[in-house]
Amino acid sequence: MITTALTPWRLFRKGKWQSEVDVRDFIIHNYTLYNGDDYFLQSPTSKTVELWKQVMKLTKEEIERGGIWDMDTSTPSSITSHGPGYLNQSLEKIVGLQTDVPFKRSMQPYGGIRMAKMACESYGYSLDKNTERIFTEYRKTHNQGVFDVYTEDMKKARKAGIITGLPDAYGRGRIIGDYRRVALYGVDFLLESKQEDYIQLEHDGVMTEEILRSREEHAEQIRALQELKEMASSYGFDISKPAQNAQEAIQWLYFAYLAAIKEQNGAAMSLGRVSTFLDIYIERDLSEGTLTEQDAQELIDHFIMKLRLVKFARTPEYNELFSGDPTWVTESIGGISLNGEPLVTKSSFRFLHTLTNLGPAPEPNLTVLWSTKLPENFKKYCAKVSIESSSIQYENDDLMREQYGDDYGIACCVSAMKIGKQMQFFGARVNLAKALLYAINGGIDEKLNMQMTPPLRPITSDILAFDEVMERYDLVLEWLAKLYMNTLNAIHYMHDKYSYERIEMALHDAEVMRTMAGGIAGLSVVADSLSAIKHAKVHVLRNEEGLAVDYRIEGEFPKYGNNDPLVDDLAVDIVKRFMNKFKKHPTYRNAIPTLSILTITSNVVYGKKTGNTPDGRRAGEPFAPGANPLHGRDTSGALASLNSVAKLPYEYALDGISNTFSFIPKALGKTLSNRIDNLVYILDGYAAKEGHHLNINVFEKETLLHAMEHPELYPQLTIRVSGYAVNFVKLTKEQQLDVIHRTFHEKL
Amino acid sequence: MKGRIHSIETCGTVDGPGLRYVLFLQGCLLRCQFCHNPDTWDKHGGYEKDVDTIVEDIQDYLPYIQNHGGVTVSGGEPLLQIDFLIELFKKCKQIGLHTTIDSSGGCFNQSTVFLKKLEELLDYTDLVLLDIKHTDKTKHKHLTGMKNDHILTFAKFLAEKNIPVWVRRVLIPGLTNDDEELNELKSFIDQLGNVEKVEILPYHQMGVYKWHQLNLDYPLYDVSPPSQEEVKRAEHILGI
Repeated sequence: MITTALTPWRLFRKGKWQSEVDVRDFIIHNYTLYNGDDYFLQSPTSKTVELWKQVMKLTKEEIERGGIWDMDTSTPSSITSHGPGYLNQSLEKIVGLQTDVPFKRSMQPYGGIRMAKMACESYGYSLDKNTERIFTEYRKTHNQGVFDVYTEDMKKARKAGIITGLPDAYGRGRIIGDYRRVALYGVDFLLESKQEDYIQLEHDGVMTEEILRSREEHAEQIRALQELKEMASSYGFDISKPAQNAQEAIQWLYFAYLAAIKEQNGAAMSLGRVSTFLDIYIERDLSEGTLTEQDAQELIDHFIMKLRLVKFARTPEYNELFSGDPTWVTESIGGISLNGEPLVTKSSFRFLHTLTNLGPAPEPNLTVLWSTKLPENFKKYCAKVSIESSSIQYENDDLMREQYGDDYGIACCVSAMKIGKQMQFFGARVNLAKALLYAINGGIDEKLNMQMTPPLRPITSDILAFDEVMERYDLVLEWLAKLYMNTLNAIHYMHDKYSYERIEMALHDAEVMRTMAGGIAGLSVVADSLSAIKHAKVHVLRNEEGLAVDYRIEGEFPKYGNNDPLVDDLAVDIVKRFMNKFKKHPTYRNAIPTLSILTITSNVVYGKKTGNTPDGRRAGEPFAPGANPLHGRDTSGALASLNSVAKLPYEYALDGISNTFSFIPKALGKTLSNRIDNLVYILDGYAAKEGHHLNINVFEKETLLHAMEHPELYPQLTIRVSGYAVNFVKLTKEQQLDVIHRTFHEKL
Repeated sequence: MKGRIHSIETCGTVDGPGLRYVLFLQGCLLRCQFCHNPDTWDKHGGYEKDVDTIVEDIQDYLPYIQNHGGVTVSGGEPLLQIDFLIELFKKCKQIGLHTTIDSSGGCFNQSTVFLKKLEELLDYTDLVLLDIKHTDKTKHKHLTGMKNDHILTFAKFLAEKNIPVWVRRVLIPGLTNDDEELNELKSFIDQLGNVEKVEILPYHQMGVYKWHQLNLDYPLYDVSPPSQEEVKRAEHILGI
């Protein structure tokens, strides 16, 4: 145990965190609640301004160079693969880059060499021949492993787009290492504790497959921790011991995170919940007189700047699904402790204040864990920053705390997990709207004209009968849920085997809870289609082969998004129904099945791959994002729309229910202070209605139209899409139009 | 008891304090040239809805509106359906909601039957948003089709009853932004003693498409919304 390093823990209140890894215990014993307002916040220092100018210059150059500033085409990225890199060493308070040069993207072959090669080629680079040979002939990748075991049905499902976005060719991500541990304990303490776990795993000498796997993983984790020390030391820091002050705490923590992104290009590489943890160090330095408020903000600004630089090499197909170069460096801020005290500190403000000091930005993905019990001053500050930056998302802490306690973080967009104790197997999503068309067409894909399910009787009547459709739909969902789970099992088995997240898992407990996170897309299209079938008359139009290809609706029907139980109940039923089917199947590593209602930006791609639907949506038109009502169909005002989404049961969708909302400024109130108050009331109300997630955008549609014409004038224009934020100008034209066509709440 | 409804907006942010569940009622006696809801004029348009159904729906929004916001009834002219309003507001007060009437007072009259009902309604009313379109009788008639005597009497009546009022003025360049008249409005407001707030609503043309839909000629085509300076000037005069 630590005896020589007691100084780093000076002034900290004692607790069981001192004898074993327990960051939550440390936080609860030591954080300082802040109930005040935002007047203490400081503007950026000249160093910050200068560094940010450099970043903006590089950003401009990156856009001019077609989206990539430079990339490494030969060195497989690892914790220690690249020497130290700096923006401007003399100005940076927090250091460390993914490669030796800022904006130069690393090469990550372990997820799949094909993807790495395509990423190079689509930007005019070519992958080093030798590296390609190594990862083709000698070293198998995750992608190859998955395709070795995929069944024909799985491949067909991918091709048709009934299951899309699967992490079978790139890093799965959505694992949050507890990076705080490195700051609090130093690497040596963590190494010792991992070594103890490793020895424990000898387990009476019975070497089952499970024990062997676990021992191998522990050995990998230990190696990764040693490499982490080595990487830090290349920057001149010895992180074997705990951090002694705020600057070291941020630096140690960042090195740990940096190690993770050097080895994994996971879709979402989230940070966790670090602001209140770091605040304890800042408060101590302030009380010791070694730091001023200006210094504190500078440290946070420089840290956030580093998080804004995280970049991966992706392919255009990947960008179609997750557009705008997102990395989901999600940081969760706020929330309430299990004792009922808000976990809000001055650093909760300082983190959000970076959106003012450095300007709006999509990353890090700043996520406020909202509770009706948060301090009023903090609520107002969040609302104010939201209105000014459209860069914040909100998730309901009052809902999540019951499930995950008070030291969970959000991975990616809406996936809560206990930090250092829980991980997920990311499962992308299935297309439930397409599945409905399969139910009508006897399991034949309407676009590929290919039998997907085992042959079912198609519906032959001219007018769709609700009971008959539901009976067939149920069969299709049963088939889909099973195929989906099996596919995910194959993917995650191979990911563990060929692309194990050793540094992230080194920052977890030995015993980890795993979830198998499925997802659904097209919920509003399905709900409205079923509503049309039930409450209006839907005539089927068939082609020469007898395939239903279009629908004619006679009469009116209630639409999801208007707080009308006649249709909202159908949406609730679909969520429960699919989850009940999904959870029936055995999972890899006994993961617990969960579900998300989240599309990211894939609602556009899903729409493209789906034919005409019985709700009147035309083939190819985008779905609504996440759990949103379809664009323009929520016509009863913003609160009615929110209420419809809030009805979806979180217990059946514990991986999150995403809702993206746009207001024009005037619709929130006449003056800024009215707007702030009203946004707080909306967020409080949505939380009380048990809604889960809300993206808030506040801007004029005209601004977006203007930005489409003159992207050079809007380098930092940020908007929230489904669960993350993007630079508007980095979206494809198609996606920009989708965003513009979404419902703007603008009634006065 | 049924009301004739034009539409419902669940997230009103400009018609009273906080977030408002806003009921737009059907029917109006005025024919304002600048009206942005001419589709609410016809007393027989819209659809009927029962008070209980409405109150049940309102209850779905309590977490948003119960602490800082409330229910606003606008129109059209809500006072045309005073019996419906009494019953609705009675029930709103039972669940502790703040109630607001957005009215131009166009149907105010001194008959004992009307006054008795109005007094009852005001027992359940927390705030009246009162549009004073113009203080000059003739100009008011030109602008709205009706004289304004009874509207000004209505304002005084509310003052006697000490009902909180927000006075609103739609500011239309050339028609309702004359300095002298604004000064007159200011002295009228100052006499009342129950006015908590005065609001300028800058004229806009967002409702013009509705005139087209109804095959009506829009009389103010050539009028542009007021500039920021014009709004500021009016605010200055009215002491906002």
